[in-house]
Amino acid sequence: MSAPILDVQDLSIGFSGRRGQPALPIVRDVTFRIGRGERVGLVGESGCGKSVTGLSLMRLLPGTARIGGRITLDGVDMARASRNEVRRMRGKKIAMIFQEPMSALDPVFTVGEQIAEALRLHETLPRAEERARVIEALAEVGIPAPAKRHDEYPHQLSGGMRQRVMIAMALINRPDLIIADEPTTALDVTIQAQIMELLTRLSEETGTALLFITHDLGVVAETCQRMITMYAGEIVEDAPVDAALVSPLHPYTSGLLRSLPHFNKEKGRFAYIPGRVPAPLAMPEGCRFAPRCPHAVEVCGRPQELRFAGAERRVRCIRADELSLDGAVAEVPA
Amino acid sequence: MSRADDAPVIEVRDLTVRFPSLDGTEEVRAVDGVSFEIRPGETFGVIGESGSGKSTVGRTLVGLLDPTSGSLTFDGADRAGMSRGDWRVARRRFQMIFQDPNAALNPRMTILDSLTEPMRIAGGRSKAEMRDTALTALEKVGLRRDMAQRYPHELSGGQKQRVNIARVLPLDPRLIVCDEVVAALDVSIRGEILNLFKELQDSLGVAYAFIAHDISVVAQISDRIAVTYLGQFVELGPTEGVIDAPLHPYTIALLSAEPQPLPAHLRHRRRMVLEGDIPSPVNPPSGCRFHTRCPWATEICSTQAPEWREVRPDHRVACHHTTPDGPPPLPADGAVPAT
Repeated sequence: MSAPILDVQDLSIGFSGRRGQPALPIVRDVTFRIGRGERVGLVGESGCGKSVTGLSLMRLLPGTARIGGRITLDGVDMARASRNEVRRMRGKKIAMIFQEPMSALDPVFTVGEQIAEALRLHETLPRAEERARVIEALAEVGIPAPAKRHDEYPHQLSGGMRQRVMIAMALINRPDLIIADEPTTALDVTIQAQIMELLTRLSEETGTALLFITHDLGVVAETCQRMITMYAGEIVEDAPVDAALVSPLHPYTSGLLRSLPHFNKEKGRFAYIPGRVPAPLAMPEGCRFAPRCPHAVEVCGRPQELRFAGAERRVRCIRADELSLDGAVAEVPA
Repeated sequence: MSRADDAPVIEVRDLTVRFPSLDGTEEVRAVDGVSFEIRPGETFGVIGESGSGKSTVGRTLVGLLDPTSGSLTFDGADRAGMSRGDWRVARRRFQMIFQDPNAALNPRMTILDSLTEPMRIAGGRSKAEMRDTALTALEKVGLRRDMAQRYPHELSGGQKQRVNIARVLPLDPRLIVCDEVVAALDVSIRGEILNLFKELQDSLGVAYAFIAHDISVVAQISDRIAVTYLGQFVELGPTEGVIDAPLHPYTIALLSAEPQPLPAHLRHRRRMVLEGDIPSPVNPPSGCRFHTRCPWATEICSTQAPEWREVRPDHRVACHHTTPDGPPPLPADGAVPAT
């Protein structure tokens, strides 16, 4: 991997509480890198901190948020950059796609105007040329009759088409990194397949790196090269996607994979992870997954480091070397 | 587990449900000519995308919506022939559980009040009886009795969904319509709730209509699966048949679109990426409604609606071109690329 486009070191995010209330720590000790053109899945369940992490990279968190650590994007520390610097980075270096395209688009402007606005922040072009660029961007994301669609309003488009518009908007300044937060969750499965294919193709063609934030392990398996798993505000595992799926090193990753209802599993009882995620102010001192972990022993009561397990993998489990955990497939056919 | 008579719990013939469009000038054909029956104690899965009419079908099964036309027979009794009073009694045994466990519980009522409400409406039980029955129901769904005094905000999503299940049990339901009941829950706890559904079915013999957009869930829990597209059933058959050897091109597309959480070398299935969007149910395509997106479509598909025919035992499909082995192979340069 060449020099990473994004280098996150020791990121912590908390939200200051109301008067008299303690601050809520949401994310801690988050360290990861994304290489140029790399597609990384950030997975975990509701409340694990994956979306907050994504927003922090764009500096989109509300004023009550307290950010610690470094977020180095192409040499600029987004955690400390000035407002002007952040504005220069957004769109040009880093862009974001959200789950709900309808609420991300302004209903009173045509889609063409909204994409042009994103372009105008970084480039001044003659009107006709600007229009041509926007139409080209709409065509690039597979919108039929792009010249006609350019002048339409968001409500005239289907959900899938709206998400394509968001992708066109994110891509128009050719950023180095796109953060996609559950970009296909609101879409129907046949439309989801189209958008997944589009994002993968565009990332390959333009060399844009993707951070795919999702709870859907199937989406990650089919679009990403690497998978980072979060639990209760921490990264618990970071591995090449196929390795994470076949032989996860963290019991949470394994439990999540085994909880997926599969076509080929035998009918009968469904697997699940007993218990629930601890509340932010009631986190265990040691491994945060230990209370739900079938492999927990005494030593798990001590704080756990995210450590390397081989050159390409990291895991936050002291027992990772001695455990042999199930992945998405119980046995890999020879 | 099934009763002595194997008569269907519910029988639906030529069901049509139409709504006026927002501006009132057009009609949305949400369900358009659907026929099926649900057998005692079975799990009847319904899959489809948004706008396919699957939730409308579900609501009609419990009487939350009235059909525009067609007949519904509840436990052998024709809905059209029932008096208001008869219908009030009959519908109690056809219950529904919804997607959002929060929205389904009144935040100002204790869990106990929420549990006894359906019994209060049904009448015929003393206060003490209702309370006892409610507490027993809580235990049946794996919650402690002391939960009864709590309010919904004190419970997790999974616990709330258990309460919603417990609510319908005292009515001795014959059929429970489960509309996306695990969609709002985290993956790691879904299995716990799905196991509960199975256990209750084994002990009570209740039938489920299990409506979901997540095929992998429906495939695991259902005995039979119906596939809906734009207000119609395109395929209905035993789960193994529908999942492992689908007959309708849309079913094939739907199954292949589901992302598989498997490493690349094990994702052997060929993906068929459908072009275009789902057409509007206000103005559905002529002939076969899937013809605008179907790689197999020919002339006849755009002009003539396909017959709903039994191609394999207990396995029906609406497609001009399919055979008992599924649709014929497409030419090599066809629209089904290997991934």
